[in-house]
Amino acid sequence: MITAGIDIGAKTIKVVVVKDGELVGKGIVLAGLDTKTALDGVVKEALEAAGGLSLDDIDFILGTGAGRQEVSFANDQVTEVSADAKGACTLIPSARTVIDVGAEEGRAVRCRDDGKVEDFAVNEKCAAGAGTFTEAMARALEVDLEELGAMALRSTQAVPMNAQCTVFAESEVVSLLHAKTPKEDISRAVHDAMASRITSMVRKVGFQKDVVLVGGLARNPGFVQSLKRGLESDVLVPSDPEYVGAYGAALIAAERVQEGR
Amino acid sequence: MLANYGYTDGSGEYFITVDTDKCVECEGRPCAGACPAGVIEIITDDYDDQVCAVRDEHRKQIKYSCAPCKPASGWKTLPCTDACPHDALTHSW
Amino acid sequence: MAVEFWRWKEYNWHDPEADPRAAEVLSVGIDVGSVSSQAVIMADGKLFAFSNMRTGSDSPESASKALAWALEDTGLTLEDLHYAVGTGYGRVNVPFAQKAITEIACHARGANFMYGPAVRTVLDMGGQDCKAIHCDEKGKVRAFLMNDKCAAGTGRGMEVMADLLSVPIEEVGEMSLDVDEEPPPVSSTCVVFAKSEASGLLRQGWPKNRVLASYCSAMAHRVCALLERIGIEESFAITGGIAKNSGVVSRIEKELGVEALKTETDSQIAGAAGAALFARALYLKSKSGN
Repeated sequence: MITAGIDIGAKTIKVVVVKDGELVGKGIVLAGLDTKTALDGVVKEALEAAGGLSLDDIDFILGTGAGRQEVSFANDQVTEVSADAKGACTLIPSARTVIDVGAEEGRAVRCRDDGKVEDFAVNEKCAAGAGTFTEAMARALEVDLEELGAMALRSTQAVPMNAQCTVFAESEVVSLLHAKTPKEDISRAVHDAMASRITSMVRKVGFQKDVVLVGGLARNPGFVQSLKRGLESDVLVPSDPEYVGAYGAALIAAERVQEGR
Repeated sequence: MLANYGYTDGSGEYFITVDTDKCVECEGRPCAGACPAGVIEIITDDYDDQVCAVRDEHRKQIKYSCAPCKPASGWKTLPCTDACPHDALTHSW
Repeated sequence: MAVEFWRWKEYNWHDPEADPRAAEVLSVGIDVGSVSSQAVIMADGKLFAFSNMRTGSDSPESASKALAWALEDTGLTLEDLHYAVGTGYGRVNVPFAQKAITEIACHARGANFMYGPAVRTVLDMGGQDCKAIHCDEKGKVRAFLMNDKCAAGTGRGMEVMADLLSVPIEEVGEMSLDVDEEPPPVSSTCVVFAKSEASGLLRQGWPKNRVLASYCSAMAHRVCALLERIGIEESFAITGGIAKNSGVVSRIEKELGVEALKTETDSQIAGAAGAALFARALYLKSKSGN
């Protein structure tokens, strides 16, 4: 049985193809302006990687993510909360709390050992709670986004960051730079601020170990460190954390086929 | 005076409203001590009245500061509003 | 960046007819906001001089500069002033002020002075905050709400949009009204997301005035929702920098079905004017106490 999960996020599209429980193909692309063209391209790429499959070979396709209704060829849709939980718990069976921080949304999900959702909280429609915040801060600091996270690890002291809004935080970063605050310390402040917002969301769903972080921000070592500090707990990050939602969707698709839905 | 502390942002509306006319009458003002997160304090306002207020450092983040008292799985009562003998405190969310 | 589209004109003013030396009390109010600072000097409770400028990185210095500028060419010096009250975001850092009073109380009192005692609802749209205030006929606050957490609905949000579209901030309002038909408002509240949305509209071929109309209308809608929390009672006045943006003001009036009072004085000095009035009262009180 071959299934696929397609996760259309605010910034990127992720596709995962699963054959008999094994991940056989994947692809990621910037959603850009023309989502449809980007989607067609990345689906083709993932099918190619899965051994030259075509759409007709797929038994069931589930769309997920904020733009999931845009997958016109999907058989059905699933929420990103369910997809995250399923994907994370399959990769790391001890996961009880799954945190997904993407470009425009942050989510905390408490789940059972079978990957079923028990409770969740979402931070949305405010850039301060998601990856967009770190992108804006990287621009304000004039460093590459990739560099921003690593920089935080070299910080020697914690400086406070008061702004809770991305736009105001940009001005605050500029003021800190004027005050000759080292960029490393500002970077840590940026990630600590992000992490404290995510931490409170995690506490809202009732924090249980193990904690797994997925989504694009999981690639940011500065954020992971701040989150560990905020939660006072270890945080596990699977390899390819941005694919977890799409992977979960593909697994749920397989379950639906088995259940004959 | 009805003092609304908090904010609205893209994600929603988060205000704690204090009816300070009721605070003026209040003895002991137990609300501040009841809050486990230290969100509430007693201040002397611009008109020299002793009233309850949301601490400055929490005003831009009460959604987060108050989150422990409002678990996603449902919550019934809040320590601050329970402690207030005059129903002077209300949360908008 | 060569052109700073967000930058507005800084200026000072004083009443050339008045003789401040004849006044019994010269009081001053300084409003150090996060974006702009104003100093207002009152002679026996009458507006004598003011300045309006951008806040620098150092707030005590901005307060001193604003006052020095208000005093310019008046023949007065700091020593001639009897009492000073600081307000606004930087109020505790005004070096020469005897007291700090919150911007809520000062705005209510200032609006009462500038728009008359009939004012019951004051909407202050500042650089980094938005305040809604209910006050009585004496300018005393009965209810308030302040949002300084989020840039949406503030001058800063409008600056972001002016910069994106390369339109001078002072022209945004008029330009946004130059549309045949009102476009749907920008759907994102968050300024960061609204900016991406506006970029998208431009790429779709929307002219700048239409994008501005869409954003001004979203901003108006947003502050009306904020006002609902405390309710609207007439008369209604809008203060702060956004009060100068006809595109936002007319859309707020339309949505509320209420006309905002007009003033010949600069709408941005309401906070400092209120502070100067508090300063006068405090000085008189301290004198009678002795």
